[in-house]
Amino acid sequence: MCRLVAITSNEYLNPMEAVLALETMHEGHDGSGMGLLLKNLGGEFSDLKDYPILSGICSNEGLRAIDQFMWDAGFRIKHEWRPVLKPVADIRRRDHYFAKVYEYPDDYKERPFPEKEDLLLRTRLALRIMGEDDQSTIVFSFYPDVLAIKEVGDPLRLSEFFGLNDSRLKSKIVFAQGRQNTNYDINLYACHPFFIQGFASMTNGENTAFVPIKEYLMSRGVPGYVGYNSDSEVFAHILHFTVRQLGYPLLYYKDIITPLTPSEMEGRLDREALLLLKSSLRPLCIDGPNMVIGFTPDGACFMVHDSKKLRPGSVGGMKGRVALVSEECGLDSAIPDRDRSLDIFPMKYDMVIVSPRAEEVRVWNQRYGWTTTIS
Amino acid sequence: MESTVRLDHNHQLTVRDFPYIVKWREDRCKRCGRCTAVCPTFAIEPSIALQREIRSEGIMPEPRVSRKIVTIVRQSTDIDRYCTGCGACTLVCPNEAIEPEYNPQHKFLFHKNKGGHPYTRGGRRNDPNPSALDHLKFTRISMLTDPALDAGRHEFRIRTYLGRIPSPTELPLKVENGRLEINRAVSRFAPPVREIYPVMIGSMSIGALSPTMWEGLAMGITYLNEVEKMPVVMATGEGGIPPRLLKSRFIKYFILQIASGYFGWDEIVRAIPRMVDDPCAIEIKYGQGAKPGDGGLLMANKVVRLIAEIRGVPQGIDLPSPPTHQTKYSIEEAVAKMIQSMAMAWGFRVPVFPKISGTRTAKAVLNNLLRNPYAAALSIDGEEGGTGAAYNVSMDKMGHPIASNIRDCYLDLVRQGKQNELPLIASGGIGKRGNVAANAAALFMLGASAVTIGKYVMQAAAGCFGDEMNRCDVCNIGKCPRGITTQEPRLYRRLDPDKVAERVVEVFKTIDVELRKIFAPLGRSTELPIGMSDALCADDAAIAERLQIGYVC
Repeated sequence: MCRLVAITSNEYLNPMEAVLALETMHEGHDGSGMGLLLKNLGGEFSDLKDYPILSGICSNEGLRAIDQFMWDAGFRIKHEWRPVLKPVADIRRRDHYFAKVYEYPDDYKERPFPEKEDLLLRTRLALRIMGEDDQSTIVFSFYPDVLAIKEVGDPLRLSEFFGLNDSRLKSKIVFAQGRQNTNYDINLYACHPFFIQGFASMTNGENTAFVPIKEYLMSRGVPGYVGYNSDSEVFAHILHFTVRQLGYPLLYYKDIITPLTPSEMEGRLDREALLLLKSSLRPLCIDGPNMVIGFTPDGACFMVHDSKKLRPGSVGGMKGRVALVSEECGLDSAIPDRDRSLDIFPMKYDMVIVSPRAEEVRVWNQRYGWTTTIS
Repeated sequence: MESTVRLDHNHQLTVRDFPYIVKWREDRCKRCGRCTAVCPTFAIEPSIALQREIRSEGIMPEPRVSRKIVTIVRQSTDIDRYCTGCGACTLVCPNEAIEPEYNPQHKFLFHKNKGGHPYTRGGRRNDPNPSALDHLKFTRISMLTDPALDAGRHEFRIRTYLGRIPSPTELPLKVENGRLEINRAVSRFAPPVREIYPVMIGSMSIGALSPTMWEGLAMGITYLNEVEKMPVVMATGEGGIPPRLLKSRFIKYFILQIASGYFGWDEIVRAIPRMVDDPCAIEIKYGQGAKPGDGGLLMANKVVRLIAEIRGVPQGIDLPSPPTHQTKYSIEEAVAKMIQSMAMAWGFRVPVFPKISGTRTAKAVLNNLLRNPYAAALSIDGEEGGTGAAYNVSMDKMGHPIASNIRDCYLDLVRQGKQNELPLIASGGIGKRGNVAANAAALFMLGASAVTIGKYVMQAAAGCFGDEMNRCDVCNIGKCPRGITTQEPRLYRRLDPDKVAERVVEVFKTIDVELRKIFAPLGRSTELPIGMSDALCADDAAIAERLQIGYVC
């Protein structure tokens, strides 16, 4: 079972804070990898918020191929960040780790953002396919104001390897996952957090309904619903499908993955719609054991559980700084001076939503509605 | 000089030619006559034999020959009076003096065509080998990487949908104040969808079944719905249902079948204005897995007064339904019209779906139905389904196994992204070896949304003698020794409908527990594991490859 830490704040954070919180849950991950996803970037990226950032890893040949491909596609490089790598035992260094900021191709500069998003998705998929056979290029995200770092190894050693402590890398949202590898072969594409067009999620636990969910998503005709090296990747895509493709409010993500029974829907004003959703989106129902932490393009973060709460998860903090973690000890590390009485341990019907910039924390219960805990 | 006893018995059969040889023990028999009275085919009869006895009484051997006439039970060697192996004789014998024994060297099929009439019978495919479903096992068990669910303590909800399910992009929804609401401005056909238990009782008509059997099934499912809160439904088969039931609130637990003979539909159509509730669904039968290419058949001896009245036909005549609907011209046109007409009859409030026999052309049917928004499901009946009457050759040598048929159709739906839109209903051979829940669960994982069972219920709830060794299989002649498939009061009074109902309830409660036991370690509790093929493996490599699942050994 993986360990998860998400910190959302109204101030810029060093990703190290999330890594140290992960470290408190060390017995829950085996050092088989770490994924970091940063949103609302600061530092050298603060003035580049409108430009897409390509995050990934590549070999020397892969680098040449990426540059050529991007040039041919009309993207022009505007800025590049590279970690200052330090040799660390047990971490096998690859040729290049990068986050490249691009200008859109000329014919896309004036287009609406959804069209730009589709271009970015298609480009990322093309780059992924390009390096799939020989692992010469591995790309995690290509989107404005989002940066991803993933590598195999122990999270603490990896942060030393990437020099995160001294890095100027900062963001207002940090998602970090310490992997507990469930497969012998480690594939970086299987490493959470997963990201698609502004939506991200990371999950612990086994997705028992992976095959029918994957088959359903792959047959939606959405280009980005591919890969699935991890059974948890579908959680990010269900989120994207629910909110972006279908246009439903975020709360319905919970209603789709853990639908109420018809009798439980009785008290809901939208029960007629819920009944239709329950049948129409039946293949997207999960049965756990899973806890999902995610964010949406506006910077709201959330936590939900499977319908039996078979995985732990807690949320706590204060106005302006809130953490969503898989174990409470992570909270103690991330926000030690919070009011613990306000900590939330969401149950099976709950969805905890932290508004952008951690202004407010609200718990939405599928059956009984809203409760505000921090504002 | 020629012997007075002819030794030339050519053109006669011996009991060795018959599939079952009656083993009668003279020493245990008290000659009560129950066995011969109960035999449905008169395969055994009371008879006499001349016995020669040599006795010696006294100190010195003084053998004396005496002859006496004794009464015996004799097995007939008339091919029309063959022993079916039903074992009704064994059942009624007070002294365990008689039982039929299977004869693997029999030559029954060489001879059972007297008068040029091929062998007809009831029952199922006579193939005792395990079906493909019985080669499947559930191999993905959550244990240490993740906790398994507890079948006894966790909440489980085993339900499915019957009806055309719109894709999410077709739902008439709008967002109002951050909430989804029905967009009433969109005038789009909203297909009726029922939430039911995923194991149903398949179509068995009120003419094929005895009144007591049918009543027992109907009471059983009503109890399951009203007391146990398990929405189990039952299909009627062709031939209508009693008018009082049509006009009762219990009609919602029944799927009415219309087949090519349209028997019973005068009464149904006339009752529509006075119905207080809608039926669960309408099944249009285009084919039956046990006898592909044949229509329904109710023999004259079963068309008694009650049946004749319900079906709207004269008494005592054969009722063969045509092999196809006479109005059927093409699936694109006539079938579509029939589905739409049936939907229209109930104001589009009732799901209407066709049932076909398993066939290599099932995908063509499926794809046509996908284009018909009124088609609520596709029911496919595999070759191991049962029937009340059919030609032996149809039952044994025609048809398509259900497992690969369902899998092909499901994967075709997946390819088109419509796997949740048109539910697939599987039947034919589920529970063949008693593993009804396991077979059903395997079919869900192969892609079925629901399954129907028929023979299993008859065997489990009413003690049907039939099996895959041609045991009994006389449903067609109206002489069912259990009283299940007969219209003779003398026979059907043997069956207590209350006991049948009790057993139906027990059977479904057992299925429910066993399904939980299967689903729990696989981590499925709130929705059916439809298409969860990674949880399923076959112990036969060819089956695994064909079904696109794992192979284990």
